[in-house]
Amino acid sequence: MGKYFDMLMEDVRLKEGLTACMNCGVCTAVCPAAGVYNYDPRQIVSIVQMRDDDSIEELLKSDTIWYCGECMSCRPRCPRGNTPGYVIQALRTLSQKLGFFVESEKGRQQLALKRAIGDNILRTGYCLTPRNIRPELHPEQGTVWKWIIDNDEQIYGRYTDAYGKEGAGALRKCSDQTLDEIHKIFEITGGKAFFDTIEHYSDIKAREMGFDGADEDYFMEVYTHNSNQHY
Amino acid sequence: MKRSSWTDYQKEIADDNYYYARSCIRQNFFPGSEKVFLDIVGRDLGRNIFDDPKHTSCTGIGYHSDVVPLETIMTVVARQFALMSEAGYENFTSSCITSFGIYTELLATWEEFPEMEERTREYLYKATGREFTKPKNLAHTSDVIFHHREEIARKAKRKLINTYTGEPLKVVEHIGCHYAKIFPKKGVGGSEFPYVLAGMVESWGGEIVDYPERRHCCGFGFRNYLVQANRGYSITNSHKKLESMAPYKPDFIVCNCPGCSMFLDKWQYTIAEMEGTTYGQNGAGIPVLTYEEMAGLVLGYDPWELGMQMHQVDVEPLLDKMGVEYDPTAKYLGKNGRFLGRPQKALVNSCIEEAIYKTSNRR
Repeated sequence: MGKYFDMLMEDVRLKEGLTACMNCGVCTAVCPAAGVYNYDPRQIVSIVQMRDDDSIEELLKSDTIWYCGECMSCRPRCPRGNTPGYVIQALRTLSQKLGFFVESEKGRQQLALKRAIGDNILRTGYCLTPRNIRPELHPEQGTVWKWIIDNDEQIYGRYTDAYGKEGAGALRKCSDQTLDEIHKIFEITGGKAFFDTIEHYSDIKAREMGFDGADEDYFMEVYTHNSNQHY
Repeated sequence: MKRSSWTDYQKEIADDNYYYARSCIRQNFFPGSEKVFLDIVGRDLGRNIFDDPKHTSCTGIGYHSDVVPLETIMTVVARQFALMSEAGYENFTSSCITSFGIYTELLATWEEFPEMEERTREYLYKATGREFTKPKNLAHTSDVIFHHREEIARKAKRKLINTYTGEPLKVVEHIGCHYAKIFPKKGVGGSEFPYVLAGMVESWGGEIVDYPERRHCCGFGFRNYLVQANRGYSITNSHKKLESMAPYKPDFIVCNCPGCSMFLDKWQYTIAEMEGTTYGQNGAGIPVLTYEEMAGLVLGYDPWELGMQMHQVDVEPLLDKMGVEYDPTAKYLGKNGRFLGRPQKALVNSCIEEAIYKTSNRR
């Protein structure tokens, strides 16, 4: 009893985010995710503060912890100064460290996020760059975005001399030294190991699901599949 | 409480000498806004600002997608602070609301848990040989514009006035959750009555629209947009806001956060394509501006030099109301002056009778 709670308490966000919840439900009332999904942050905080290992493990393996949008609208509203969004961050981190995230549809999406955002940080120094917002994967970006991507050098060139090149300006290329420093930071602080953990458990799960490991097909499956069982 | 309560939440904003940190989202979708911010601060206001080619993303989108660990983002942020001090600056200004939230959160965490700051110092030194000093002043770039809003008003070439009627333009302001919901004391006006954009609008002649879902999230939700399967969350929350504001007939929306600017623009396109609904007047969308674009128009900048052709919702109806003179043919020119062709047509800009927003049709 309390093993997972103790592990969660190693995360400063849980120390900051959870003192003693009185279950008033204000967080749920204001939560954008609760308006979309079958989701109740009040219940999550309640389960965590009960410290029951079986219930927390169930949570760590569930879709539930992946619904939150981390907007933190809950934070200024809580009359007890709790932050359910911080509790979620701690749960998500632990779920990935223990490999539990692959047990849920929404959790498995972490592979897509690691590859789309995480790898892009290491490759470019930015979370996103124009050419990785591909119109075919982002139809909601509309007709103007397609026009921009088709003419990117001409359009960005109106606002920056450094598009894809070194030097000051928007969308400049980060120098090799800068990227080398970022890589070293990720190595030393555990960022790369965390990426490897996501890849490792995703690969095992992908094979269980009949894929040839966590390949492009598995990526597209977790990126696009919606069972519609979340509402 | 109520309208004047924003005055209880004041923050110190440096007057000069800024170290500028770019935003992943703003530079992708609104590169003209980043350019004009530097032009306004450096040229129009005569302040010193440094655009450093050495900094990177703060990695905040990765952090809030839960793939970048806390210790990692702390050390990346520490590197940004080290670059600031190495360049001889102590006032840090961030072009991104996610980053601004990250910086405020990490500075507060280091205050609360000094051992984490110590560990970050060790990590940074080991990884890069750098050492950092915390900023003396931390501001979002909108704070900087807010701080100088009266000086901008004195230099104004145009006001936020409907030139057809002589009435103030009706403006929806959207702050972005991470500006003040994480640390209300670090945002002008706090989280309940944020004043950073409202102050600009009022100083420049416009009128703020108060509507029920004014403080609701735009719907980014990080993983809830970034993963295609989850985008129903994102559009649902933008839809909620647009439905709530439409009956007030706003002339435009101005956003603090680059992500919110993009979502409130792009989801209008998607809703129009899916449902045939538009939220502006006469069957058009509601133009969505960044505060840099709003300041730029007030100061007399050309809309295409501000990059407003990169919006999905056409801005011409607003430009016409404001009396902005512009060359329609220059909208689609590239950097070498060549015509690039036009984007495909979209219902959100069609102004057809069937797309006109009618409250009587709403649930």
